[in-house]
Amino acid sequence: MTKKVVIIGGGIAGMEAASTLSRMNIDVLLIEKKQQLGGHVGEWDHLFPNFRNAREITRSLLYDLQDKHIKICTSTEITGISKKSGKFEVRTTQQQTFKADSILLSTGFDLFDARKKEEYGYGIYENVITSVDLEQKLKESNVLTMASGVIPKRIAMIHCVGSRDEKSGYFHCSKVCCITAVKQAIEVKQKLPHAEIFCFYMDLRMYGKKFEELYREAQEKWGIQFVRGRLSEAAENMDGSLQIKSEDTLSGRPLKMNVDLMVLMIGMVPSESTTFLGKMLGIHFSEDGFINHDDIHLENNLTNVPGIFTAGTVTSPMTITDTIADARSAALKIATYIS
Amino acid sequence: MTYHHFVIPFNIGVAVLFAIILVKFTIWIVKLEPVDKKLIRKNFFSIKTLEAVKESFMEGLLHRKIFMVNPVLGYMHMSLAFGWFLLIVFGNFQAQFYTRTVIHPPHYPIFFNFFVTSPDEYLFKASFEFLMDLLLLFILTGLMIAITKRFYSRIVGLKKTTRLKFFDRLALGSLWLIFPLRLFAESFTSGIHHNGNFLTGTLGDAFAKFLPVEQLALPAWWGYSIALGAFFIALPYSRYMHIPAEILLIFLRSFGVRTRRNYSSYSDIEVRSCSRCGICIDACQINKSLGMNTIQSVYFLRSIRENNVDDEKLFTCMLCGRCENVCPVGIQLSDLRVTQRTKNGVRNTSSYDFLNPPPYKIADVVYFAGCMTHLTPAIKKSMLKIFDIAGVNYYFMDSDKEACCGRPLILSGHYENAAKLIDYNKKLIKKSKAKVLVTSCPICYKTFKEDYRLDIHVMHHTEYILKLVEVGILLLEKGDSRVVYHDPCELGRGLGIYEEPRILLEKVSRLLPSDDEKENALCCGGSLAGFNLSSAQKNAIRDDALASLMKSNPDKLITSCPLCKKTFSRGTKVQVQDIAELIASSAYVPEKKKISLKPEAEPVPVLS
Amino acid sequence: MKEFGFSITKDRQIDYDQNDHRLLNFVLENEPSFIVCISCGGCTATCSAGNLIDFNIRKLNILIRRGETEDLEREINKCMLCGKCMLVCPRGINTRNVILKIKEAIQKFR
Repeated sequence: MTKKVVIIGGGIAGMEAASTLSRMNIDVLLIEKKQQLGGHVGEWDHLFPNFRNAREITRSLLYDLQDKHIKICTSTEITGISKKSGKFEVRTTQQQTFKADSILLSTGFDLFDARKKEEYGYGIYENVITSVDLEQKLKESNVLTMASGVIPKRIAMIHCVGSRDEKSGYFHCSKVCCITAVKQAIEVKQKLPHAEIFCFYMDLRMYGKKFEELYREAQEKWGIQFVRGRLSEAAENMDGSLQIKSEDTLSGRPLKMNVDLMVLMIGMVPSESTTFLGKMLGIHFSEDGFINHDDIHLENNLTNVPGIFTAGTVTSPMTITDTIADARSAALKIATYIS
Repeated sequence: MTYHHFVIPFNIGVAVLFAIILVKFTIWIVKLEPVDKKLIRKNFFSIKTLEAVKESFMEGLLHRKIFMVNPVLGYMHMSLAFGWFLLIVFGNFQAQFYTRTVIHPPHYPIFFNFFVTSPDEYLFKASFEFLMDLLLLFILTGLMIAITKRFYSRIVGLKKTTRLKFFDRLALGSLWLIFPLRLFAESFTSGIHHNGNFLTGTLGDAFAKFLPVEQLALPAWWGYSIALGAFFIALPYSRYMHIPAEILLIFLRSFGVRTRRNYSSYSDIEVRSCSRCGICIDACQINKSLGMNTIQSVYFLRSIRENNVDDEKLFTCMLCGRCENVCPVGIQLSDLRVTQRTKNGVRNTSSYDFLNPPPYKIADVVYFAGCMTHLTPAIKKSMLKIFDIAGVNYYFMDSDKEACCGRPLILSGHYENAAKLIDYNKKLIKKSKAKVLVTSCPICYKTFKEDYRLDIHVMHHTEYILKLVEVGILLLEKGDSRVVYHDPCELGRGLGIYEEPRILLEKVSRLLPSDDEKENALCCGGSLAGFNLSSAQKNAIRDDALASLMKSNPDKLITSCPLCKKTFSRGTKVQVQDIAELIASSAYVPEKKKISLKPEAEPVPVLS
Repeated sequence: MKEFGFSITKDRQIDYDQNDHRLLNFVLENEPSFIVCISCGGCTATCSAGNLIDFNIRKLNILIRRGETEDLEREINKCMLCGKCMLVCPRGINTRNVILKIKEAIQKFR
């Protein structure tokens, strides 16, 4: 009898894990609450560090899902999971019940709600947008304008919005925002060659392959400027432009600057679905709200509940590269567990 | 017979007590500030004295306020104070009726049943005897509660009762003994003479059956007298000094004397008036949410008396005013804490001589957003929108180069330095020639009202917006969001603004009640006064306050303080808004042209 | 007028071994959150006093951490205790208490 795995969450982690498992002749049911698979990558236009089109990723992952071992349920949410003699029973909003030998949680992350950082003015000032808003704008249009339709002359990218911030309630580093800011700054500069672009950062964490190179390219080729200082607040001018306050910590003096557009690099926070399911299953969370691993080095796909595994950003913010690797490793762990 | 040697301890006690109280009262009154003495001279021969007499009776004897907070505790205090008072008053009447003279030695009515054992009749004899037994029983029931409270403080609903020092122990021990000893002494004497009423008579007869009452009676009277004497001598050095001190406090307060910026003789009287009832401990969120019970007002006042005020007691308190709100003695607990911060805190040598007045603008209304409001731009934007809709000619005083209002310095005990900021801001306000000062921050509002002495209207934006609505300048659309309102400490308990925000909210939303509102509102934990609370501690206080506010499951949490808003919005997924935001989104411009105000409509929001 | 050219100035190197660290230790002992500063500058950016005059609270704090306390008293007195810095600090440092403790330490170790 073939073993069966239920994967909850059809983002890139769930998709990659599903295809990997199917190649090992394991039956997979992939459940996604949204209409489409792909998760947050679907919101993205181009990816760091090489400006690859994000659709290539989802397209490739979708192609691999065409397998007789894989069944997909979209627009479906989980209502309950119970465990009986080593087997799981998963109930969904579509009134279905599925049996499973193992469950993979790949419910991903939520985006930080930038309105919580009121002093930055998101939702209050019309020329304050988030990195996701910017990506949408880059995707939809060839030009980038202010709310009034005017071409912005100066743009500020604000790092660490909802990350590394006790006041937002999230102490962790979201890992991808620094490099995303660099990527988006370059893209904006490509569209608006005359615009000045400033990145306000606390620390630049260019840890991945080709990240540091992209940072250097941003300076060298595109003239992006970097200010080491955390933004304290923004105020709106009469014309809708913004006056922002920061300290230029490297010169040791407070800095005031008028910008036309402000982009908040919003972080990754634990997703509500993960919290909901984790609580239901009795899974341990770490202090940052993401799922905890008892052994962070050797067993980083395992939870404290036998048979329940994790893949991707349910455990911590990750890049796409890391998520794919994590999903494959989870598939392997599951295959070992159920055989 | 009107004398026996056993009355000596009692007489010495009474003499010492009255002498010490007289000396203490004299010193206190002599040391009062000149302005306070003037108040006494002005108000001594006025209705205020009568009011003070009434209040002394209501609070000093009946303990009405304690009753309202905690009936069992109230009964305990009342039975001891009022019961004893009546025992003395009616004891005197009894003695006077018996001897048919007005004057007799002070010990005579106290030990009446020792001296008078003959069955001689006198007017109302039976009634007096019954009444005296009844009063004794009344006191003894209160005493039993007091003893029980000492051992099982939870019975009367207090989570933590106060701890004791030597003189307190002496006074407490003798107080506990006084009435049981009186009961025994009177019962033994009744046992010998077969008189006495329902209590002493019945007990006396019962004792006589198995005890050598004749040998026991005199030692019991000695014991009773010694207990009284010991209590009176210990009283001025024990917590029971609060009884005479509170009476003096009531009179002085009634004349208008207050604790102001510095610790004064009146403050000292306040500190001595604390009865250590411990009601403040239960009201304190630092106790409730953090389990820290060493800094509450009752302990703080004790540390002032014992001259060992420490940083923890001084600077942990958030000055939310919840303890002051429930204090049955009406001590100015927050102000006292500030005066002690001034006295014991660090000397601040700031001059702020860098303050150069920026350009100002002549306007009808000065708007002072407040430092915190710059971190909650939605409030700022909403207020500017409201001014624009109402067509007000305003001067945004702290739009860019702002100086602090001074209140945070006052809260830290640095009033003198705050005065420099006050002076700076005051000049700007005056130069603008405005008739109204509107602020969005209750912290600023409090200091504008209390320390600036401005001769124009000072309004928090809740009051100002309501005025605009009342005179028909601002029209509001009723919405259907279910909201709960949080009273900021400085606006509510601080300045009594409870109704204005509620009237406004009724107009634009569905206002839900909450468990802790108005005077009993909880502090959000963000207070600028709680200097040494860590962010984790502040969050714990915030979360408890949020849990109480969220019980009715509202769509929005509304407040009227940028700091409360900021604090709460970090702790909940429910939308937190300032009242100005809700109003700005519900306001619309009337079709008709601008309405001008009648000149007699005061205070004036003033149109352009 | 600013002076240009050569003049005798103090050695600008921080002599960590020679510096007096009592002040730092006192502040750390009484307000432990002081240690977690990452010098992001949010406090200085929002500072009400810093908006009016040359006053950099972050810089003062890092200098204290290196034992450099020259001019500290004059500088720290510019603070108005308004509390904005506390509201923006991403590390949750109790900045107002830090200021009070610095003032206390100055008096103590003067």
